[in-house]
Amino acid sequence: MMTVAELELKSIQYRKKILSMIKHANAGHTAGSLSCVDILNVLYNQILNISPENFALYQRDRYVQSKGHSVEALYVVLADRGFFAESELDTFEQYQSPFIGHPTRKVPGIEHNTGALGHGLSVAVGMALAGKLDRRLDKVYVLLGDGELDEGSNWEASMSAAHYKLDNLVVIVDRNMLQITGRTEEVNQLEPLEDKFVAFGYAVRHVDGHSIPDLINIFKSVPFENGKPNLILAHTVKGKGVSFMENGTSWHHRVPTDEEFHAAIRELEQAEKKWRERYGAG
Amino acid sequence: MELGKPNLDVFAETLLELGRQEPNLLVVTGDSRGSAKLAAFCQTLPGQVVEVGIAEQNLVGISAGLTAAGKKVFAVSPACFLTARGLEQIKNDVAYSDMPVKLIGISAGVSYGALGTTHHSLHDFAVLLAIHNIDIVVPADNFETRETVKAALNHPRPIYIRLDKKPVYHLHHPDTVFQIGKAIVLSRGSDVTFIATGETVAPAVMATRVLTERGISSGVISVHTLCPLDEESILEAASTSRAIVTVEEHSVNGGLGSRVASLLLEKGIFVPFKMVAFPVEYMVTGSQSEIFAHYNITPQGLAETATRLLCSKQEIK
Ligand SMILES: Cc1ncc(C[n+]2csc(CCOP(=O)(O)OP(=O)(O)O)c2C)c(N)n1
Ligand SMILES: [Mg+2]
Repeated sequence: MMTVAELELKSIQYRKKILSMIKHANAGHTAGSLSCVDILNVLYNQILNISPENFALYQRDRYVQSKGHSVEALYVVLADRGFFAESELDTFEQYQSPFIGHPTRKVPGIEHNTGALGHGLSVAVGMALAGKLDRRLDKVYVLLGDGELDEGSNWEASMSAAHYKLDNLVVIVDRNMLQITGRTEEVNQLEPLEDKFVAFGYAVRHVDGHSIPDLINIFKSVPFENGKPNLILAHTVKGKGVSFMENGTSWHHRVPTDEEFHAAIRELEQAEKKWRERYGAG
Repeated sequence: MELGKPNLDVFAETLLELGRQEPNLLVVTGDSRGSAKLAAFCQTLPGQVVEVGIAEQNLVGISAGLTAAGKKVFAVSPACFLTARGLEQIKNDVAYSDMPVKLIGISAGVSYGALGTTHHSLHDFAVLLAIHNIDIVVPADNFETRETVKAALNHPRPIYIRLDKKPVYHLHHPDTVFQIGKAIVLSRGSDVTFIATGETVAPAVMATRVLTERGISSGVISVHTLCPLDEESILEAASTSRAIVTVEEHSVNGGLGSRVASLLLEKGIFVPFKMVAFPVEYMVTGSQSEIFAHYNITPQGLAETATRLLCSKQEIK
C-alpha cells in the first residue's frame, strides 16, 4: 500500500504527464483530466482490484470511465500501473496509434469504449448486476461528468441500479460545476443534485475530489448502505493544479501554447519541490 | 483552387443574417454552441437561442415541439450524436410527424479524426436515407453552404444539413444556380465522371487535373443533395462517360455510392463503377486528412482509382 504522501506526489507527476501528452499531440481535453486525476490515482493505486495480471479474469473490480474525453488521465494512470509502456503515450492521437482520444479496448486496461456521454452508467449497471447474479464480491466503479448528467440515459440507469439494489455499484460524479459552454447551473440546471440522487434511490456521500486521504476514506466505506447503489459527489476544480487553468471555461479542450505549457510545468515542479521539502527525498 | 473558410463558419454567419431578419428563427443547442461557431449569434440574438444541455434526444424533441408551435428551428449538434442518439426522435417526432425542423449535423464524417468512432458519423446517410420524409443536404463549399442554409429557412420538409469542420476550397462562381435537389455539374468528361458529395468534391476536382495530364477526360458532379437525389444528372453522366466513380465521406454501405449503383442497375446502365467510401472496419486513428489519405480519398488516390477502373475495362474487352 502506498502512503498518502506517495500518492500526493503521484498526482503531481500524473498532471505533468497529462500536460506533456496533450502538448505533444497538440490535442486533448486538458481541464477535465486535471479535474479527475486524483480520483483515478486513488482508485487504481489503492482501491481497485485491477492489475495487468488479473485483467483477463471476470472475477475482479471494474472501472468504467463514462466521461471518456478525460482519457489522458486514464492512459497516464494505466501506464504507471504497468498495463503498457509509458513511451507508447508518445503516439497519443497519432496516425495508426491505438491510443485515440477516448477510451478504447484496443488499449490494455481499458474496460469499455466510451466518448459519447451518457453510456457508461448503464454499462456499469450491467456489470454490477452480473456480479450480483453470480454472488461475487467485487465492485464496479463508474466516473461521470456533471455536464454528462444532462443525458437522460443516466437517470434510466439510476432507476435500474436502485431497482436491482446494486450496492456493489459505485458512481462517482466529477462535480466541477463546468461543461463546455460554461457553468452547469447556467447551461442546464442540475441542482438540487443530491436530492435528485437520493430520490432515485442512491446512498449519497460528498467528498473533496482532490483530497487523497478523503478519497481513500470514502471509497473504503463502501457500501454506504446495504441494498442501495453508492453515489459519490466528488467536488472538484476543473483544471486543478495549474492556477490559470482552474475554473476557466476555455480550457475544456484547449491545448496550452509553448509559454503556457512551460508555466504550467513550472507550477507543478514548484508543487513537487514543496512536497520534497515536506516529506524528504521521496 | 482557393481555400475558403470552414463551412461551419459560413453556416453561423448566414444564420446570424437570417436570425436578424426573422425573429421566429430559433437555434437549439446542446452544449455545442462553441463547436458550431455560434458565439456571435448567441451574443447578438440571445433571445433566439434555446440551450438544452448535453441531451440530443431532448434537443430533437424540443425542436419538433417548437416547430409545431410556429418556430423556425435550427437544431445544432455534432452529426455523430444528433443522428445516432437522436435518431428515434428524428424518425418519429420530425420526419414521421412532418415537422420541418432544420437538423444541423456539425463536425460530420471523420472531422473529429483521432477522437475515434464515437465521434465519427459514417452512418448518417444510411439511416436517414432509410427514413421517409427527410431531405439530406451535404454542402461541398462555402457557396453551397450559404445557399443551403438560406434555402433551409423556409424549406417545407424536415431537412438534415451535414457540415464538416475544416476550411474548404471554393468550387463555384457566386452566380451559380443553386437549388436543393439539383446536383451541380462542375465539369464533364467522356472517360470518367466523379459523382461526389460534401468535402470529397474538392479532391475529385483536383483528381481531374491529374487525369488530364494522363490524357484521360474526366468530370465532376457535386451531389449536394442526397435526398431527393437528382437522378437525371447522374444518369446523364453515366450515359456520356465510360466509367463512374462515386466519392463520399461515409460508410460504403447505404450512402451516395449505393444509391447511385442501384439507380444505374435499375435503369439498365452497366458502366465500370467504383465506390470510394470508408470500409466497414475499426477506423484507423488519425486526423481527417490522414484518414482520407489512408483510404485514398486524395487527388492522387482518386486519379489512380479512376485510371485503374478504365484500364481494367480495356482488359476485359
Ligand atoms: C453524447 C455526447 N454529446 C456531446 C458530447 C461532446 N462533449 C464532450 S465533453 C462535453 C462536456 C462534458 O462536460 P462534463 O460532463 O461536465 O465533463 P468535465 O467537466 O468533467 O470535462 C461535451 C458536451 C459528447 N462527447 N457526447
Ligand atoms: Mg463538468
